[in-house]
Formats: sequence, structure tokens, C-alpha cells
Amino acid sequence: MSDVLIAARNLSVHFPLRRLAFGERPVVRACEGINIEIEKGSFFGLVGESGSGKTTLGRAMLKAAPISLGEITYSDADVTYDLGSLKGLDLKEYRKRAQLIFQDPYAALSPRMTVRDIIAEPLEVMGITSGRAETDEKVREIAAKCRLNLEHLRRFPHAFSGGQRQRISIARALVSDPKFIVADESVAALDVSIQADVLNLLNAIQRESGITFLFISHDLSVIAHTCDFVAVMYLGQIVEAAPTHKLFSETAHPYTRALLSAIPSLDPDVRGHAQKLEGEIPSPINPPPGCRFNTRCPHAQERCRTEVPEWREMSSGHHVACHFSEELSAEFGT
Amino acid sequence: MTDTATIEETDINVDQSAKEAYFTAGQGQLIWARFKKQRAAMVGAAVLIILVLSGLFAPFLTPYDPTIEGRNADYQNGAPNIPKFWDENGFSFRPFIYSYERTRSIETNFRWVTKVNRDKRRYVVLFPEGDKYTFLGMTFRTHLFGVDEGKIHLFGTDATGKDIYSRTFHSINTSLAVGTIGVLIAFVLALIIGGISGYYGGWTDSVLQMITDAVRTVPAIPLFMAIAAFIPDTVSSEGRFFIISIILGFIGWPTLARRVRTHLLTERNQEYVLAAQLCGASAGHVIRRHLLPSFTSYIIVDLIISFPYMVLSETALSFIGLGLKEPVNSLGVMLQNVTKADVLLNYQWNFIPVIFFITLVLAFVFVGDGLRDAADPYADTKK
Amino acid sequence: MTSPLISVKDLTLRFKTDEGLVTAVNNVSFDIAPGEVLGLVGESGSGKSVTAKALMMLNADNSVYDDNSHITLSLDGQDIEVLSLKRPQDQMIIRGGAISMIFQEPMASFAPAITIGDQMVEQLLIHSNMTPAEAREVSIEMLTRVGIPEPAQRFGQYAFEFSGGMRQRAMIAMALSTKPRLLIADEPTTALDVTIQAQVIELMKDLVEEFHMSILFITHDLGVIAQTADRVAVMYLGNLVETGTVRQVINSPAHPYTRGLLNSLPKLDDLEAPLTPVPGDIPSPLDRPPGCVFHTRCVESGAIAERCRTEIPIYTADSANHQVACHLATEGDPS
Repeated sequence: MSDVLIAARNLSVHFPLRRLAFGERPVVRACEGINIEIEKGSFFGLVGESGSGKTTLGRAMLKAAPISLGEITYSDADVTYDLGSLKGLDLKEYRKRAQLIFQDPYAALSPRMTVRDIIAEPLEVMGITSGRAETDEKVREIAAKCRLNLEHLRRFPHAFSGGQRQRISIARALVSDPKFIVADESVAALDVSIQADVLNLLNAIQRESGITFLFISHDLSVIAHTCDFVAVMYLGQIVEAAPTHKLFSETAHPYTRALLSAIPSLDPDVRGHAQKLEGEIPSPINPPPGCRFNTRCPHAQERCRTEVPEWREMSSGHHVACHFSEELSAEFGT
Repeated sequence: MTDTATIEETDINVDQSAKEAYFTAGQGQLIWARFKKQRAAMVGAAVLIILVLSGLFAPFLTPYDPTIEGRNADYQNGAPNIPKFWDENGFSFRPFIYSYERTRSIETNFRWVTKVNRDKRRYVVLFPEGDKYTFLGMTFRTHLFGVDEGKIHLFGTDATGKDIYSRTFHSINTSLAVGTIGVLIAFVLALIIGGISGYYGGWTDSVLQMITDAVRTVPAIPLFMAIAAFIPDTVSSEGRFFIISIILGFIGWPTLARRVRTHLLTERNQEYVLAAQLCGASAGHVIRRHLLPSFTSYIIVDLIISFPYMVLSETALSFIGLGLKEPVNSLGVMLQNVTKADVLLNYQWNFIPVIFFITLVLAFVFVGDGLRDAADPYADTKK
Repeated sequence: MTSPLISVKDLTLRFKTDEGLVTAVNNVSFDIAPGEVLGLVGESGSGKSVTAKALMMLNADNSVYDDNSHITLSLDGQDIEVLSLKRPQDQMIIRGGAISMIFQEPMASFAPAITIGDQMVEQLLIHSNMTPAEAREVSIEMLTRVGIPEPAQRFGQYAFEFSGGMRQRAMIAMALSTKPRLLIADEPTTALDVTIQAQVIELMKDLVEEFHMSILFITHDLGVIAQTADRVAVMYLGNLVETGTVRQVINSPAHPYTRGLLNSLPKLDDLEAPLTPVPGDIPSPLDRPPGCVFHTRCVESGAIAERCRTEIPIYTADSANHQVACHLATEGDPS
């Protein structure tokens, strides 16, 4: 248990909408009843489609989204925080330890600041370094790790390509010596040939400094290659979580199965084998009753429409929320 | 062989340094580079600078005092005197104008008639001593040009004999001054109200927007009529000048405020602002480091574009008698004289100042447009 | 060999910009046969969108076509030279008539203040002699065909009332209602969730069979190409580097860029393999490398690197009509 860096227990994040209608106020149930534990030094992948709530969960773990129910606990070698009640000096301390890398490399960097200033900003705001010389030293050190040289530091963001900008974002996230980094779709906006470069950089950073990463993506193949643990989200809930190789070899949830098979295969001779999911993703304002996936699940039964499935451990480290995971897992395994 | 190699190298170096300049150019420099490429805007800027400078140095550039003190009683409603170099009496290096004689003529029932005496020349002189004027607290007498005898009126004179040329340049000064004060007041109010509205959003924003819209719907003319009725005649012309400027500022702020608010609302949601907030940056830091610089360029554009509106508003008001009055010089005041048919038919040179003002307003507009085009594309440098 | 539906020869397209004349597409030639799906693959800056828009003359006013560029459309035995169509009446044939286009962002492609139905009917009325009532019938039928439930009701709704996948289907319906011969699909599934993407790809393949129409499928996603295309053309910085059948290009890629691209993709069947990116960055179009346009990032050039730097490789085909522009591929390493 002491290996866990950040854990969410029964976490729900709801966003009330501002409509003044008769009756109840509509609420976006972005996350509902989330239970996960992220171990120290791991590269944890969070995968899901639109409306799955993965971005919200990532933000909640950084205290950038409100916690409506449940709790998130952060615990490293020095401090332990309950994110729900975090404020003041403790909050400032937490900000040093938990950082975010954005998706859009073009919007995440202020076009009016030089790269040096962008990377130095967290140091200045958080008062980590004193004096310009110390700040510059730290900036140069981090920039070198991200393959940005002194020339680059003097330039403005408009001089850089998408991949380079993303490296600047990474440098900015690293400069406060964080223990926990959330990478929210950090490679989605990049060209495929550059994606691999940024992913390799993240992996190298993780190996070298032992930082825990929460890697959010919609691309299961990218997650498969970089993460050692994966959680699959659908409509605000985690449906399956397992070490990567188990997720692929012992897939238990029908949604995971559908997600895997929907990825277009690079082999032109395996066509038409994708298991297509019918229907659209329901709205998070009005999620289906019972198991939220029942409207699209090819194996749905009456029980799925009424009873919410339990979050159970199937084998070591492998959790799933489905009434029929044992039977289906056997079926999928073939 | 070495020659081509060095040429190649220098080419590459030039290329490199040009590229490096582009990479390290701050936003201001990028905007200036893009602004320079627009010819209309550059011409507008040049014209604007010339006009503003001539307004500022008006007392020096013009030969006479524009008020009743400097009038030429002998030459009322006089046509423009164009300096010549050559006429039937011969060539002269120094430009000259003719003399005028006023006699009572039988033909017009003994009314004053001005006759031109082509033989008597009056030569234009540079840097003569003329009417007194104060500039930056010091008194001077030297003007740019004058004439050795009598007075020279490049744009003619009006009904009381005041030199229109002198009045035109002084009025540019006045209109610019009114415009500046008005824009400054509007700007300060807009920054405060628009800023609070845009930064906090929510209820504050809604309430402030309602107030802004209410102020905007107040019709200007009736408001001015009411205020003009209240300003006692005993207020000096300078006092009147300030009151009008302040009122223009108070009418003009809603438009600017709305723009400030819109800029802030957009900028507030930018991801790099969120990044700063996630580092624990205070509101002050975010405003100072991210929000303010982001809309400085837009606000400058808005300010420059508001200027002509202020100038035109003042002109319109003075024209209908609700704004500035004699002896203060402004285009509106000068145009008060041209409402008579007499002037329209016979003394058309009274309209010459209009050309200057059209040019001034157009110059502002071109510069403002050029700046806006130069500043805008920077906002979205996407793939 | 049936004559191709559309034949592009030596298409070179430049844009007049403040920085000078920028080459966006350089000497691109390809054919699309009737009923064939041609995948056009490339990353940002490759010029694939510009090429597609050239087929419909949709590029901006500052575009300059080279004199020896030809785009020939064969309709019912007649050959139409697309680049010479100047008048709007003539251009109607390529815009929505014989050629239709669907885009990446369906929200941006539908007018927000007009109902979907009205937009579809408008398209039909422009390109055919139908009455409004007939156009409405055909539109609702198309909506059904693309799998939109309750089409009559959806006909009167606005774009924001549709979800992403449905909007894309509606866009496909609108594009196909004029029964075009060629559908240009510019990154149609990139903005969609992967389960929805699978549905839309299925739909497009069914429609190709039913309407016997060709598709020019533009994307950067090689997986999607592998699943849908019959032939593939790979573009890099405005040049075509490789063309062939989908099996040729994906299973035995001939160009180092294609190989690099395939290698940098995370593959599900080998999770332990390291990800190998293509080194360097795509050069700016203002800075086109001399010689082979890919040489600045090519790791395979080895001994013939000097040649790659100075000499532009010619587009050559092997016996199986697998074309490539690469010195290494066509002549091999002299050592």
C-alpha cells in the first residue's frame, strides 16, 4: 500500500449545468465512482473515447476539477495530502509535485514569452529558485534533458514545430521537480513520426527520474507501447484496469474488446474483422441505468440494464466491472 | 572557386541571421514587420505623423495668430494669395504676391471693393518676426514664413479677416487634443470596467454589461444639448474645451469596454493561462504576465480607431453649436461659418480645412486598419 | 486496363506568399480508376490536402498552377481538362457534380444556422433538375442509407444537434446525394472516436460497392489506409515518394520514408518493440532541400548520400507497377 502514490476512492466529479429549467438541474456526471491506485514510478495509462471522463479524472488529480464525492489521496515519501481539503500552503506545495502536460502544443505556450521565460515561469511563481542566475541554471539543465539548446531558449514559440513545442511543454512540467505528471493527450496533435520521439522522451525521463506518469490518450496502441498499467474508461466509469500485457491477453470487458478490435489493423488482409459497436456514445448528462455500456454491448442481458456491475478483482492486479466477465473472458481468450 | 564559396557562405549567413531574427522576434517586432509591408498603412502613418507634427508646431508654421488679434481687417473674405514666381512683369527667385487696395467704388454703391495691384509686389520672407505665441512655456515671435509688407493668406480669410491657413493648423491641434483627452478617459474607464467584467465573469460580468449597454444607448445629441444648456457662459473657452472632452470620453467608453472584456474572456481560457494557474500563480501574476501583454496590441489598435470618432464627434457638436465656440479653433467652429449661402457661393476657400480633416481621419483609419491586420494573424499560428 | 476516371499529370502548385513563391505540390502524377479507393498518405506539410483541393479547383486565389500540369476527368467518354475550367458554370461539374468532397471537421462544414435538410436540398437543386419535393425525398433516402435513425425527423435538425459520428454520416449523405463518380475524403475519420471511426469506414466501403464510385482517401493514419484502400500514394513535402497497391506499400515498402513511417507506429502485436521515430523535423516549405526532398532525414542513404543530396530521383516503376522515387530503391547501393 505504501507503494501507491495517488489513489482515488469512490471519486465522482459532477458539473452542474446552468440551465434554470423546471425540476432538477441537469448535471454532467463526468466521473462516477472511480477507484484506482497509481503506484510510484509507474507509467499509468488511461484510455477512453469522448465523454469517458478521462480528462476530468486527470484534472481532478491535479486539483483542477472539483471533487463532488469520494476522495483522492496523494502520498509520497515526505507528505500525504487529501486533495479534497487541500488549500493554502499545502496546495502550493502540491502544485510543485504534480504537473500537467497539455494536448495542444500550439495553445499551451504563451506566444509572447521566450522559451526561457516559459520554462522559468513555474520556478518564479513557486519561488523555487532565488535569483536569476539560479533560475537560468535550472532552466538550462532541464532544457538539455529535453534536447533544447541555448539557441532555442532565446526564441519564441512561433519558431518551433509541434514536436519541439511539446518538448518545451515537457520541460516546463519538469522544472519544478515533480513527482507526478499528468500527460493529457500529449501526443495526439503530433505527426506520427514525431509521436514516437516524444513518447521515447517521456519514457526516458521516467526511467531516469522515477516520476510517476498518468498518460491519458484515446489511442490504445500508443498506450500499449508506453504504459505498464492501463485503465479503460467509458462514460465516466472505469470498466477495466490491468497491467498492460494482461489487458491484451486476458481481455475481460466487452468494451475493451471492442476498442481493441476497432483499431484498424495494419495488415490489409485482415479486413472486416473489426467488431463494430452499434449506436452512439450516450450523453454523460443522462447515462443509461445499470451498466452504462448496456446500450451498445453486444452481450447485454436484462441484468445489465438494471444492476450496476461491481468493481471486482479477477486476478492479481486485474479489475473489471462487468456481470459476465468470467464467461466473456474465456470467450475472448480464444 | 573561393569567391563562390564565400558568396554562398554569406548567403547562408544572411539567410541564417534573417531566420534567427524571425525566431527571436518578440510580438511587437513581428507586428511592426507585418505593418511595414502594407503600403496604404505606411502612407497613412507618414501622413498622420506629418499632420500631428504640423498641429503641434502650428504656432511656428503659421504666420499669424488665429484669433481675432491676428486678423486682417483690410482683407475680409479675401481669396487665397498664391505665391508666384513669374508674371507679366518678369521672373523673380523669391516668391511674391500682389498687393490689394481697398477703395469705395461707385459701381457697388460705395461699398468696399478690393482691387488687385499687379505691379506692386510683396515678397515672401522666411523666418520673420511676427505675432507672439507661447510654446512649451516660452514666448517666441519667429514664424516659418511671412511677407515683407502686409499679410499673406495662403488659404484666404474668413468673414472677420482671420487667416484660414493659420486657423486650420491650430484647429488640428485642438481637435487632436480633444480627441486625446476623450480617448484617454474612455480608455481608463473601459479598462477598469471591461477588465473587471472580463476577468471575473459570472454575475459581475452580467451586471456590468447591463450598465455598459445602458450607457451606450444614451443618445449623444440630446445629452449634449442638455449639458450645453447647463454650462454657464461664464466658463472660459478652455474650460469648455475640457468639459467637452470629458463628456466625449464618458460617451465613448462602452464600445472600448466591450472590446476589452471580449479580449479578456478569450485570453482567460487559453491553455497557457491554465498552465500558469496550475503552478499556483496568483491572479495578479496571471493578469500582469499573460493577460495584459496579450491584448496590448489589440487595445492600441482600438485606441487608434477610436480617435477619428472622437474628432468627428467634436466636429459635429461644434458645428451645431453645442461644442466649442469662438475664439477656440476647431474644425467644427470653422464650419459654423460656412452655413450661409453667401459663403457657399462666393467664398469657397472656407472649405479648405475640410480637406485636411478628411485626410487626418483617413490617415487614422488606414493606420488603425493596417495595425489590426498586422496584429491579428499572430493570434492563430496553427499548422 | 480501363481508362482512369481521373488522371493527374505533373501537377505542380505554388502559392504566392509574403515570403515568395512557396511550392506546395511538386510534380505529382497519379491515376484513379473507376471504383477504386486510392489512399493518399502524408503528414502535415506533405501537400495532400492541397492536391485534393486542386482536383476541385478549391485552392486559394494566390495559387499558381504550373503550365504543364494536367488534371483530366473522364466522364462518359469525354475528357475534361479540370485546370482549364474557369467559369463557375463549368466548374460546377467538378464541384459537387462529378466530384464531391467530405472534410475532417463536419461541424465546420455545415452552416450552423441552416438545417441539414435545407443544405442537402440546396446541393441537389444546384446540380440537378429535381423539384424541391423530389430533392427532399432523395435526401431523406440518403440519410437512411448512411444509417441515421429517424431520418425524416433529423432532416429538419441543425448541425449542432447531431453527434460527431452522425454529422460525418450526414456529410457523407450530402456528398453522395449527387451521385458523384469520385468522392474526395479529406481526413474524414481523424476527429472521430475509434469505435465510431470503424463504423464510418465500414459505411464508406459499402457505399463504394453500391455506387461504384472511386474514393480519394486522404489521411495520415496508415491503419485506416490498410483497411480501406486498394492503392496507396505516399507524399512528403509536396512530392510523391511511393505509389503501389496497398499490399505492396504496406508489406514491402520501397521508400525509406514509408519504411520510417511504418516503423514509428506502435504495433499491437509486438508491445515490447521500441518506437523508432523518423529523425529530425519536416523542413519548412520555404526551405525545400535540394536533390531528394527526403534526404535530410533519411538514415538509409549511406554511401550514396552525396547523390541524394544533389540529384532528384526519378519516379520509376518496377514490373509490378510499384513506383518509387528513390536512388537507393531504383539503383541500389553501388558498394
